Amino acid sequence: MSDNTTLQELYQALILDHNKNPRNFRIIENPSLSKEGFNPVCGDHYHLYVTLNSEGDTILDIAFQGEGCAISKASASMMTAILKGKTVDEAEQLFQEFHDLLLRKLDPDKDPHHLGKLKVFSGIWKYPARVKCAGLSWHTLHAALNNTEGVTQTE
Amino acid sequence: MKLDVEKIRKDFPVLNQKVNGYPLAYFDNAATTLKPQSVIDALNSYYLKDTANIHRGVHTLSERATEKYEETRTAIQKFLNASSSQEIIFTKGTTESINLVANSFVPTFLQPGDEIIISHMEHHSNIVPWQMITEQTGTHLKVAPINHQGEIILSELKKLLTPRTKLLSIVAISNSLGTINPIKEIIELAHQQGAKVLIDAAQAVAHMAFDVTNLDIDFLAFSGHKIYGPTGVGVLYGKKELLKKMRPYQGGGDMIESVTFLKTTYNQLPYKFEAGTPPIAEVIALKESLNYLLKLGWKEIEEYEIYLRDYAKEKLLQVPGLRLIGEAQQKSAIHSFVLEKVHPHDIGTFMDQFGLALRTGHHCTQPVMEFFKVPATARASFSFYNTPEEIDRLQKALLHTVEFFS
Repeated sequence: MSDNTTLQELYQALILDHNKNPRNFRIIENPSLSKEGFNPVCGDHYHLYVTLNSEGDTILDIAFQGEGCAISKASASMMTAILKGKTVDEAEQLFQEFHDLLLRKLDPDKDPHHLGKLKVFSGIWKYPARVKCAGLSWHTLHAALNNTEGVTQTE
Repeated sequence: MKLDVEKIRKDFPVLNQKVNGYPLAYFDNAATTLKPQSVIDALNSYYLKDTANIHRGVHTLSERATEKYEETRTAIQKFLNASSSQEIIFTKGTTESINLVANSFVPTFLQPGDEIIISHMEHHSNIVPWQMITEQTGTHLKVAPINHQGEIILSELKKLLTPRTKLLSIVAISNSLGTINPIKEIIELAHQQGAKVLIDAAQAVAHMAFDVTNLDIDFLAFSGHKIYGPTGVGVLYGKKELLKKMRPYQGGGDMIESVTFLKTTYNQLPYKFEAGTPPIAEVIALKESLNYLLKLGWKEIEEYEIYLRDYAKEKLLQVPGLRLIGEAQQKSAIHSFVLEKVHPHDIGTFMDQFGLALRTGHHCTQPVMEFFKVPATARASFSFYNTPEEIDRLQKALLHTVEFFS
């Protein structure tokens, strides 16, 4: 049972760690931006909080709260870890790269990217039902940065 | 007479496969049931031999198809012990049946300010049509509360009944909680108040007999695909005197008597509510699914499913951190559950890897999830082709999952 390659691929140690001990798992009082992300199909539900600098071009702090599956929580946790201190432009670029990674449009071993540890999600494209879980927090962030109305949903 | 489960399983060709290297164990019967060969054969037979449109065709194939189509109507009348086949209407499924009642019964029989009651455990198909129509018609929707076992609180339901209550729409067996509701009692309460009752029997009709005459049911809705029949077809049973007065639901061919641009008159029952070409093959095949069930016998089916229900509950409760959601005193062979450290979506993926088909999510009952303060549940729903060995595999897989995430 334990050498099931699918489970090993989906639930690598790094993902399990971020699920069990999510980084930046807190509320930010008075954030510059806050956005709700919800996947009604499976029940992943998060609130994202972002503090920007006075120019509004750099992420000083980013945190999240909520409940969801291991994939969605690990993805949100790793997202906050990698984005803290990045500029908004860098964050948007990472959103695009991660989006492409999930859809197998980006090969992390061949194409240039800044994904770092996010490479761990490179196999998710094989599990379409879980792609939305991995993408939820990122889509929520993208909506927050672009002032998109309403609750972000991945369906 | 006990069921010969091994022999039954051979009748379901879909079971003959492996998923991720393991024999398929199908625990998602509340979502849809598997189909016996006889149902598949009947579907094919229409397309191979009897293809024609029904009603008003003079040629042989049309007469043959019409005869088989109407045979299913009579079979369902008998299945439900309805007084007339005019009371059996074919729809797309339970959802359409409920929408039909909402859009036809309500405008005909209710005045602004009148009330409709549903329960907190209803499926979205028995919530949203009422929300939509009450908004349109100025009528009010009230919700009977449930308790933490997942049962309707009858004393609270009684309080909601007023002289302005015109309709109760209640599920017979909850698809997410497994609760079997005391519909006989609820119908009596409603009728005492002068209200009609619609029973959502989508989940229930495959697991227990319904006698609409004896129970004095006003409307009953179910889907073919949940009773070992094909998708795309469902039934609305309604009392003749109500259906006769109700305005048509969809306009089109077949539901008319005569059409001119000055005036159109409507057809008699049941055709008044069957506009357009129906899912003919599916209706014909539906008769075979009823035959299959009746051949097995209600007593035998109920006995075995009670055994599966209790065996599964015992095995599930041995998994550390597992909490059952919905523990009604009267419960069917459906178990919704959560694990302390594992989100339902992850449970589902793990189970799938071992060939076990479970459903995870809100099961189209978001108010239930909110009530129990869970984001979603994993749900195992059983049928007479499941075995205790499959349940053992489920327990083993869950134990492994708990360990993996600890």
